[in-house]
Amino acid sequence: MKVYVPLDSAAKALGADAVAEAIRTEARSRGVEVEIVRNGSRGMIWLEPLVEVERDGVRHGYGPLLPSEAAAVFDTDHKKALGPVEDLDWMKRQTRLTFARCGVVDPLSLDDYEAHGGLAGLRRALEMSGETIVDEVKASGLRGRGGAGFPTGIKWDTVRLAHADRKYIVCNADEGDSGTFADRMIMEGDPFTLIEGMAIAGIAVGATKGYLYTRSEYPDAIAVMEAAIRVARARGVLGVDVLGSGKVFDMEVRVGAGAYVCGEETSLLNSLEGKRGVVRAKPPLPALEGAFGKPTVVNNVISLATVPVIFEKGAAHYASFGLGRSKGTMPIQIAGNVARGGLFETAFGMPLGDLVNEIGGGTRSGRPVKAVQVGGPLGAYMPVEKFDTPFGYEEFDGQGGLIGHAGVVVFDDTADMLKMARFAMEFCAIESCGKCTPCRIGARRGVETIDRIARGDGAAVELLTDLCETMKDGSLCALGGFTPYPVMSALQAFPEEFGGMKEAAE
Amino acid sequence: MPQPSAVPLPLPDAQEIQALIDSQLHLEGPLLPIFHALQAAFGYIPESAIPMIASALNITGAEVHGVMSFYHDFRTVPAGRRVLKICRSEACQAVGGDVMAEAVLKKHRLDWHQTTRDGALTVEPVYCLGLCACGPAAMMDGKVIGRLDEAGMDRILTEAGA
Ligand SMILES: Cc1cc2nc3c(=O)[nH]c(=O)nc-3n(C[C@H](O)[C@H](O)[C@H](O)COP(=O)(O)O)c2cc1C
Ligand code: SF4
Ligand code: FES
Repeated sequence: MKVYVPLDSAAKALGADAVAEAIRTEARSRGVEVEIVRNGSRGMIWLEPLVEVERDGVRHGYGPLLPSEAAAVFDTDHKKALGPVEDLDWMKRQTRLTFARCGVVDPLSLDDYEAHGGLAGLRRALEMSGETIVDEVKASGLRGRGGAGFPTGIKWDTVRLAHADRKYIVCNADEGDSGTFADRMIMEGDPFTLIEGMAIAGIAVGATKGYLYTRSEYPDAIAVMEAAIRVARARGVLGVDVLGSGKVFDMEVRVGAGAYVCGEETSLLNSLEGKRGVVRAKPPLPALEGAFGKPTVVNNVISLATVPVIFEKGAAHYASFGLGRSKGTMPIQIAGNVARGGLFETAFGMPLGDLVNEIGGGTRSGRPVKAVQVGGPLGAYMPVEKFDTPFGYEEFDGQGGLIGHAGVVVFDDTADMLKMARFAMEFCAIESCGKCTPCRIGARRGVETIDRIARGDGAAVELLTDLCETMKDGSLCALGGFTPYPVMSALQAFPEEFGGMKEAAE
Repeated sequence: MPQPSAVPLPLPDAQEIQALIDSQLHLEGPLLPIFHALQAAFGYIPESAIPMIASALNITGAEVHGVMSFYHDFRTVPAGRRVLKICRSEACQAVGGDVMAEAVLKKHRLDWHQTTRDGALTVEPVYCLGLCACGPAAMMDGKVIGRLDEAGMDRILTEAGA
């Protein structure tokens, strides 16, 4: 009997290890032989630990399972039985391209990976020239999934055309945005996809070395990635002769040290080089002078992990999904106070409200939704009035927001928006790299100014607005430059919470 | 980095420090890996390691210090025997994580970054653990915990000796 129990951090955080152990014990007492595969998560975090049992080639789900309910998996109609996992509404409504294998395969089995379409993209890319690989990425319309949405193919081309004795692929796995966990999930659930994507990038631009820079907050992802890299090296996917092509590409994992700003690409490069994670002024672009002064592709995990499917299925297939200039799919992470939280990959274009209410099922508390913050700590709070905004780069920009790394954090009507605005400023003050005054000092002033507003000083609202303008205009990077988004969006959508209400009430 | 739990870490010894530094020198940009190796071994970065790192990398001690102090993770004094990191970020706040954490910490007369007087436990804030769909989230010695409630957190702190 084959049983799947996720090793994903979220599943573990909800007791998956104990559940796996309980199933093993239960099987022993029943005299049943079980093979327990520790897979990634399917993304239905509200059902974790979601255990699956394979019967006649169909995987039946049970969840959320407690260790005391281990007997359920030997039962077809237990109250936690969910039926075939692929038939669940959450699964059927998705277009899983990047996450096609996540939760399905054994993350560390390269054979499983290949049996599910893995390495087909790399094999195809190895037959192509660097230029035609880059053209394929351009044709797919893929844009950076780390936040800025810059076209991936154009970035690769700059590095490809640069002359240097050494080039690098740096994968930005510093995923620090609250409400996001797509990078973590794919690293834990389908690490070979990321390795394959990095190898294709290396082959395309002529880089022989890759670095995966990730966070110390992700020990499980680090362990899976390191193990997967060892397997890939042993099996000739990485190394001096990638899949027998004679081409060289290898990679290693580097771990950050709890600095949010190190997700910014130039700060990340400084950190990788062993320096303070201070943001660098651009130019020079990292594409020309990146890691150790060499031309470097810096891409987000999801950008790189999407490359294999583009080569497996073709750029046209990928580009056939999406909306306007937002092509393909996005793994949207629905989090916070939400009934059904998790990762939902879908073509761009779904209205925000559908994601929150239909897919997410509204709040976990059962209270009305007040607002959602999209795009991490630098993203705007979108009130319910903006719920018809389609999920796309330009569409969100038009509404004064951003999609960032596609985290959607839901708040119910008890959320204190002044407190959230204050937190945005506090976070910026804690995490500022210190290079520019409007960010370093401005964020601290921001906290003080919001405290004044909280004490009923209505005049401070104008001060706060001015301060946000200064931060927007005078900051070198988006930490200082975009912190005004959550602050001003909260102020604009909920002015009554900043209006000296306390004074009026007293 | 995850640290072995509840075992007293060895006192730093110059030879061992040197060996740990040397073990990372083959890397490009070895400074952060060196800090991580030292902290994994000792629970913090001993002051005596700074000049040794500086001479190994041919930079000044001030530079080594400057880099180390930039990063929230690196400690210059030992932490408690166990380290609890509690997420303070937005998605966990949306499910009451911040309010709960502050209440429970107050009850145990602890503040962020503090260690219990008997050295049993250090409490650190963390800004997102990627467990945002199952918050409030925390991590104890590298082990993830989701949907933490007041009783759960109280139990964790009590068990850890806070
Ligand atoms: C403060 C700050 C934090 C960032 N954090 C991340 C991050 O954690 N992961 C990421 O991929 N990009 C992050 N970015 C964006 C990167 O600077 C960069 O645009 C990205 O890595 C490029 O990859 P992409 O084109 O594939 O998105 C951050 C930017 C800023 C300003
Ligand atoms: S905006 Fe803030 S984080 Fe960004 S470079 Fe300036 S000081 Fe550093
Ligand atoms: S916001 Fe708490 S784990 Fe992400």
